[in-house]
Order: sequence, then structure tokens, then C-alpha cells
Amino acid sequence: MNSDAPSSFASALSPATDPEPSTAPALLAEIDQSCRAPVLALFGCGLVWLLAGTVLAELASLKMHWPDFLADTDWLTFGRVRPAHLNAMVFGFASECAIGIALWLMCRLCRTPLRFAWIILIAGVFWNLGVLVGIGGILAGDSTGIEWLEIPAYASPILFFSYALVGVWAVITFRFRREPRLYVSQWYILAALLWFPWLYSAAQILLILQPVRGTVQAAVNWWFAHNVLGLWFTPIGLAAIYYFIPKVIGRPIHSYYLSMLGFWSLALFYNWNGMHHLVGGPMPAWLVTVSIVASVMMTIPVVTVAINHHLTMVGHFHKMKFSPTLRFIVFGGMSYTVASLQGVYSALRSVSEVTHFTHHTIAHAHVGMYAFFTMVVFGCIYYIAPRLTQREWPSASLIHVHFWGTAGGILLYVGLLSFGGVLQGLAMNNPNIPFLQIVALTRPYLIIRTVAGIIIGTGHLAFVINFAWLLARQFEPYRGPVPLILAGTQPVK
Amino acid sequence: MNYGPLLFFGIFLTLASSWCGLVLIPQLQFGRLEPVTVEATQQLYPPNRSGLAERGMAVYRANGCLYCHSQQVRPEGFGADIQRGWGKRRSVARDYLRDIPVMLGTMRTGPDLTNIGVRQASAPWQLLHLYNPQITSKGSIMPPFRFLFEKHRIRGRPSPEALLLTGAFAPEPGYEVVPKPDAEALVEYLLSLKAITPLPETK
Repeated sequence: MNSDAPSSFASALSPATDPEPSTAPALLAEIDQSCRAPVLALFGCGLVWLLAGTVLAELASLKMHWPDFLADTDWLTFGRVRPAHLNAMVFGFASECAIGIALWLMCRLCRTPLRFAWIILIAGVFWNLGVLVGIGGILAGDSTGIEWLEIPAYASPILFFSYALVGVWAVITFRFRREPRLYVSQWYILAALLWFPWLYSAAQILLILQPVRGTVQAAVNWWFAHNVLGLWFTPIGLAAIYYFIPKVIGRPIHSYYLSMLGFWSLALFYNWNGMHHLVGGPMPAWLVTVSIVASVMMTIPVVTVAINHHLTMVGHFHKMKFSPTLRFIVFGGMSYTVASLQGVYSALRSVSEVTHFTHHTIAHAHVGMYAFFTMVVFGCIYYIAPRLTQREWPSASLIHVHFWGTAGGILLYVGLLSFGGVLQGLAMNNPNIPFLQIVALTRPYLIIRTVAGIIIGTGHLAFVINFAWLLARQFEPYRGPVPLILAGTQPVK
Repeated sequence: MNYGPLLFFGIFLTLASSWCGLVLIPQLQFGRLEPVTVEATQQLYPPNRSGLAERGMAVYRANGCLYCHSQQVRPEGFGADIQRGWGKRRSVARDYLRDIPVMLGTMRTGPDLTNIGVRQASAPWQLLHLYNPQITSKGSIMPPFRFLFEKHRIRGRPSPEALLLTGAFAPEPGYEVVPKPDAEALVEYLLSLKAITPLPETK
């Protein structure tokens, strides 16, 4: 810990504040020890993808207002860099971190160590290989041309093999649980682990191996793409929020009943949302209408979860000042509410008529994927990594740079681009405004997006440096307080 | 909810519901649409694409044109697609029967291309625009696709395919810019994009 860090900062990360006195520290230490190599490897590789994805994002953003920038190389053209960015973030960074978080949470909540952790390590190697081959393929011009599923067919089996190891292993861990009671986080994780392979394999088969005819492809495409966020990242993000808010502030979740309502209403409604990406498109009206109705119904799980989390947090918001985990997680949780409510109104036909084909949609995607999920991932890593490495975060200043860079950057990004998107949509629906005039109108917002991207990227860099430094501390002799004492025999001073 | 099997069952059932509703039923409803014979011309609609246009579609896909250009005209009274001249009628499911993958697009950084083959039927214009959008559309933010072209020294007579570049866009004297096969294919595909044939379902 740096000398400039507030003293309370250390205590927020220390086991002294661990609100689980009933659990034998020895068991927690055993679990953390078993997860150490695979989870840290998943986080580490995930963060490398985060940096790669940030560079790709910045390139794509620059090209949107500076079309001549790096325009002479085919693999750097906008239309390849953009899907490369999406896939690096979604399948590289976010999925790897999600798997790491899900496995660690599963072990902690089942009170059982991760057996044969090397299996997860092998899965991690193959997952990274799959993403690398996939993104290489996209840049080489082999993209499938299907949004969120651009990774070419030759890379998908590698990903699928890797996922099979992870999914099976997580369910086996669940079967070995020593804790008979299931916590709400476990429902979400189990659901995500079962939903994802179904979605991915169904989309892979119906869009790439045996493509269905005509616009049925579009239906499958958006059923899949929307559910990657809704049924893969969202449940794992919510599982983490449900775990870490009570954990950090030391009080149980407000209501078991609300948790249950939130879970089952999400399970029922979210997976019906996808067709709102096709409002006005060449689809039967009923199909789109069903999704709009389901999108509006999403208000139930979202408001339920928001109330449940808020009533848990009430009176404890000041702790966000001292715990980076809480700060990121609460920011993520609030963004989940915003993202979903934005999703509700954007799905309405009257709003979609304006915003559908504009930057408003891009901004909305970033509220969900970034302001919600990515921020939650950061919060989780702030809690988990010190417990796995048995070391404290090296620099509090870097944590500040990380939080303010990412939070400030994404607010700027989302706020201005949402607004610019509405202007763009209104102009587009006025046939008297020439198209090039609309392009000129959006340009300032695209430039601000590049600036926001640089701010966010600075935050990422600070985080990755801090994380690498934390890992490097492994090689230093142990000193200072550690999150958990391995043997569990001595209390931490 | 401490009973594992019940949880698994619920998780399975919920996704199964939307799989049926949003994947299976659409497949049953319009997954077996067939091309129709248009009475006036006695030709099949949508027509088969030429091999060159198919190759151009692959170029379109590989270079991610769909991230900025949609291929769908929304109905009259919903947006201004038809008033903007992007189509004479709305797009319908039958328009896409020959497309693998279907590239409807979700973004209009650039204009819709459903009928670009009707709206801008000149191949030389398309080539100039691809080579450098500033030539034909000043202020555009579309990237130039110079890598689909090559510049070489003129040997003997200038080649007939050479772009007519003037002013600041012209290559140095003695050189010419010609489209590579991929550029020719892409233009062939763009010119094949026409969805104006009236169909019973568009009336």
C-alpha cells in the first residue's frame, strides 16, 4: 500500500471486515488456493484482451471522424477493426473475466475447493487460442458478417471445446457443494452457464453451419446477440453484485423474496427481447411486438433488483469511499438499472423510429456492456485478486485513476453519444435534410467519443499496471497484512 | 429455491420458451418462403446473383460495410426511408431469400443500400466513390478503399478500366489507378442491389 493511501483503505480490503465469521478461514484459504492459478490466469489474459480491445476501439473511433487514418491497409479498415473490437471485448475480456468470477463465486458459495484446477487452465489456453484465431480471422477478412457472431467458423470449435470444459467443471463443482442452501448468486451463475452454450451452439448451427433461409437469420441473430448480454453477462454481473454488496458492507441482502422475483422475471422476459433490434424491419409485426412487450416487462426484474440492492445499501453508501470493490460494483449496479430502462424506452416503436439506426444504440450497448458489466468485473477483481495473491493492491493512486477514468469517460461517452444519436435520428427522419449534412452534424459527437475513449483507456492502463504489479509482488517476500492467513490459525493484526 | 433439479428445470424451460417463440415459430412461419415468378417479366424474384456479384458480397461482408449501411427500407410513415428515395416500397422477407448471410444492418452512419443498384447505377461512379469517397461525396466519413485498387505505370496505352481521376486525386503523370478484381466484384454486387419489384405482400 502506498503511503498516500487512506488507512481505512487497507482495512476495507482486509479480512478483519470479512462479514462471514461463521466460515472457517481455513476453508476460505483452501478455496482461494485452489482457484489461484486458473482464476488469476483468466483475469490476466482477460486484461490483455481489454487493452487490445481498447486499442481497437480507439482505432475504430478515430476512423469515424478521420476516414483517411490508416486507410491503406485492408486489415485495418473500419469494417474489420470494429468487429475485432467487439469480439476482443465480448469474448476475450468480458467472457474470460466472467468465467473467472463465476468459478470463484461458485467455489466460495458451495464451500468447496476447485478440483483439478489444471482443467480450467487448459480450458483457458484453448479459449484464448480460439479468440486469437477468431480475431485474426476477422482482421484477415474472414468475418461471418453476422453481428456478435463474426468469429469465423474455424475458430468456433476451439471456443466450444474450451467452454465445454468450463461449463461441465462448474456444474461438477456445484454437485460437490458442502453448503445445502443455495444463494441467489448461484441461481444466476448456473443459469448463465447453461444458457450460454445453448445460445451459442443454436446460433452457430442455424446461421453458419446450416443457415436458415432469409430473414429467419435475422431473428436467430438477434435472439442470440441480445441474449449474450441478457443471459450470459447480465446474470454473472448480477450474481457478483448480489455477492459483493452484502460481503463488503457486512449485512445480508434486503429481501429473499425480491431476489427470487427478480431472478425468475429476468429468466422469463429477457430472452424474449431480441427482436426489438428489428423494429421496422422486414419481419412479421407480431414477432417484433412480442419483443417490445417483453422489453417493457423487463421493468419488473430491473426495478425489483434495483430496490433490493438499494435497500441493502441504504446507510452504507459512504463505504464506497473506502472500498474500490463497492465503488465499482455500485456504479455497475446503478448502470444496470439505467441500461435496462433505456432499453425499455428504446424498444418502443415511436422511440425506435428515431433512435434505431443511430449512435444512440451504440451508446446504449456501452451502458450495458461497459457501465454495467465491465465496471462490475473491475469491482470483482479488486476483491478477488488480493485474496488469491495474498498481497495488497500496490497503489491506491492507480485505483483512483482507474475509477475516475473509466467512470468519467463512460459517462461522457454515453451521455453525449446518446444525445447526438437522437439528433442524428431526428435529422434522418426529416427527408429535407441532405444526408451529408447529417454526417456533419454527428461529427463533433464522434470526436468527443474519441476523447472519452482516451480517458477510459487511461483508466484501463492504470488498472492493468496495478494488476501486473500485484502479480509481481508474488515474487517479493511477504510483508504487511494479507487478506487471508493461509493456515487460518492466526488472526490478522 | 435450494433444490437443484427444480432450478435446472426452470432455467431450461425459460430459454426453451423463447427458442420456440423467436426461432422455431419464425422458421415455421416464413422459413420456407420461395422465390416467386413475376407476372410482367415471367422471371423469378429475387433473381439469382451472378458469380461475380456473389464474390462482391463476400468483399462487402469481409470489409464490414454492414456496420455503417443498412439494407432494409422501413415502411411508409415509419421514418423517412421512402421519402429519402432509399426505396419505392418497404422491404419484405422475400427480398432476402438469396442472401447468406442476411446483412440487414443496424446502423446508418451511411445511407441505406437496399436499392443502391437503382439509385446509383453507374459503375464508374461506384468505383470512384470506393477509391475515395471525397471525390463524389465531399464531407463523407466513409473510409477510402484504396487497397481495392492498384496504381501502376502506364505501359503503352492507358488501360480502359483506369479511374478518371482529376486534380488533387490524380496520380502522378505516367501512372494510372485501376480497380483490383475485388473492387470490380464489389461494384457488381452493389449494382445488383435492387428491391423494387412489386410483390403481393408489399401492396
